[in-house]
Amino acid sequence: MKRSRSKSPSLDEARLRQQAIGVKLRQMFDEVVNEPVPDEFLQILRRADETRLKET
Amino acid sequence: MEQAQKQRQATDQDRDKAFRVELEGLIPHLRAFARTLCGDPTAADDLAQDAMLKAWDARASFEMGTNMKAWTFMILRNQFYSEKRRSWRQSQLDQEAAERTLVAVDDPEAPVALDELRQGLAMLPPEQREALILVGAGGFAYEEAAAICDCAVGTVKSRVSRARRALQGILESGAYRRDGSSAGEAMATILADAERLSQVK
Repeated sequence: MKRSRSKSPSLDEARLRQQAIGVKLRQMFDEVVNEPVPDEFLQILRRADETRLKET
Repeated sequence: MEQAQKQRQATDQDRDKAFRVELEGLIPHLRAFARTLCGDPTAADDLAQDAMLKAWDARASFEMGTNMKAWTFMILRNQFYSEKRRSWRQSQLDQEAAERTLVAVDDPEAPVALDELRQGLAMLPPEQREALILVGAGGFAYEEAAAICDCAVGTVKSRVSRARRALQGILESGAYRRDGSSAGEAMATILADAERLSQVK
């Protein structure tokens, strides 16, 4: 397809649309990534780590 | 002998510490991945916490220096599907949950197109949605996504490309479940947003 160099506008358009969807997908995912981590997560991990120290 | 044992213990502790620091840094990503897989944000956080603990318990089997993000994502995914297998009604519920979550408007002021993207994603088959999210949003290479999903690289590639095409079709036809907005409007908004974002950079 690429080799034919047809430069079909609809192909470029499709690529543009896919890129736009990609940008949005990352934005959706990153929104959660950028949320502050609830304390609970760190507490659970700390507790697990402390249990380990007591055991050894 | 005793000396060697003490030394080994000290090394183990250093290793555990390094492991914990790296694992803590991955929590935001685990939460994001869990949110795309399951129910509401609360259920997703439960899943992410379970996966985090599982990873911690299995830390001895992790080879430091290799890709911990992919490793924890694999654990989270396995956790999700093994919980799912436990309930016979779950496949139906999962579909509903996925639609509810991805559709859930947490923030009423969220950009319209993002909401529609979520709805479009919810309409994809789970294995396509998962592949697209790992590669398209999670930043994983096809090989890594294949390891996480326990399938061939070619399978991931074809799932991602089918997902992309399907999603584009859904957004362009306005097939997502929303009343009042005309067909193709979501795609137009997404295009405009992407253009704006690329100009900012």
